Amino acid sequence: MLSGYLVTVLITIGIYIILALSLNLITGYAGQISLGHAAFMGIGAYTSALFYTKAGLGFWPSFLLAGLVAGLLGTILAIPCLRVREDFLAITTMGINFVVEATFLYIPFFGAGMGIGGIDLPHFFGQEISKSGYLALVVLVIGLMIALDRWLTRSWIGLAWAAIREDEEAAGAMGIDVVRFKVLAFALGSAGAGLAGSLYAHFLTFIMPVNFSFAQSMVILSMVVFGGIGTLRGPIVGAIVLGALPEISRPAMEYRTLVYGLLLLLLMRFQPGGILGEHSLLPRSWRKLCTAMQNGKTGQ
Amino acid sequence: MIPLLEVRNLEVTYGEFAAVRGISFDIRDGDLLTIIGANGAGKSTTLRAVMGLLRPRSGQILFRGAEITREPAHLRARRGIRLVPEGRRILPDLSVEENLRLGAYTVPRPGDVADGIERAFTLFPRLKERARQAGKTLSGGEQQMLAIARALMSQPRLLLLDEVSLGLMPILVEQTFATIQALHRHGATILLVEQNARMALAIATRAYVLETGSITLSGTAADLAADPKVKQAYLGG
Repeated sequence: MLSGYLVTVLITIGIYIILALSLNLITGYAGQISLGHAAFMGIGAYTSALFYTKAGLGFWPSFLLAGLVAGLLGTILAIPCLRVREDFLAITTMGINFVVEATFLYIPFFGAGMGIGGIDLPHFFGQEISKSGYLALVVLVIGLMIALDRWLTRSWIGLAWAAIREDEEAAGAMGIDVVRFKVLAFALGSAGAGLAGSLYAHFLTFIMPVNFSFAQSMVILSMVVFGGIGTLRGPIVGAIVLGALPEISRPAMEYRTLVYGLLLLLLMRFQPGGILGEHSLLPRSWRKLCTAMQNGKTGQ
Repeated sequence: MIPLLEVRNLEVTYGEFAAVRGISFDIRDGDLLTIIGANGAGKSTTLRAVMGLLRPRSGQILFRGAEITREPAHLRARRGIRLVPEGRRILPDLSVEENLRLGAYTVPRPGDVADGIERAFTLFPRLKERARQAGKTLSGGEQQMLAIARALMSQPRLLLLDEVSLGLMPILVEQTFATIQALHRHGATILLVEQNARMALAIATRAYVLETGSITLSGTAADLAADPKVKQAYLGG
């Protein structure tokens, strides 16, 4: 059996993987920078918490509604994002994060500064699920996100996103409905963040506005960028490494923002594609090694 | 007969600056029309307005009799208008094949997409050799082939070519014009915008001269090529 502490860490990392994968849809594949991903995690967490504690719905309906509501709000909030690009988009999404956090913080319905408590772990056949069971659920959701990622990147949607990311105007001239595909990216990415938020709320059993602040958005974005934006493996590895770092090293916990910031600076300078990006050092060396070994085999 | 494309009193401005000042022209099926003019005369602006990448200040654009003046670019692409933009604008990180597949975005049947890729590889065998390479690794000439091949993927009714010879070495310029001429012979309708007036007039059926946003001369390409004013201003005397 895994120790309780280890399971807790693994669940946290797992939730970050879901968040990183969902942000990767928006920022990695569709190329729309978002500095407000934690807002949609928060919308999912609060939706789930409110349906669970106030409406008396069970875990499963609350969980699914969290994804649905976050996806819908992501679609609506994508509209002001459509007219802006790059740095203006970054500021717009940042603004969305502040507005959403302030809404949770100042409106009593959302528990204001006190947050919402009493959100339990889900029950199976009347019995509260064990932490290991919850970890299995998180892993299942990660599996679904990976399947969605694979399906999207191999379909026309992935190709259309790539075109929009590289040259929006050329994409339009090729018949791609740029608006529709941008909205789709925000909708799917936000829905993923909403599901992660729900898992987060039911695991912590207590949520506060500060959990979904701009700083949290930066943590998620750091994970995506660190691992390798626009790839499947990148955000997963980024979430594992940056998620485990504060647990492994106390100083890294205390100076978390500083460590992440430094890592990002170094990365942007030396490996802008992330440690596992398509053209980064590690994958290239790995491919070279593979070719060398293959040649060695056929040579004998 | 309704023209394939009809442009009436088109005016396009960038802020205060009028780049195109009320021009009218039309293209009929099977035409190879060229608009020649100096740098900054408004040629590219005209093409971009026809594609829907710029919003005209006034005037009308009709395609097969339907007004498309306010329609976004992606809907015009679906009607069969395709632009090969200046500077080629191929997608740098996507492979040659992915670039071609994206060109066929409006083609509904997967079988037709595969046929289109085959056609592109027959037209430009170099692209077949480079099928899996990223667009940015191609040479300038190969990128130009890819840009044209990509536009042809959907078998457009109207092909808009913006300065396709720009920045190519002379032998490639000749090849590119030969390709355009071949496409025209096979029935394509083409609007060609060029600074290289000599080559453009040599292959075109009809021509317009654009000067600081206004059309100053029009006629058959042969007549314009023989016109003393055109000779002096654009053909080097």
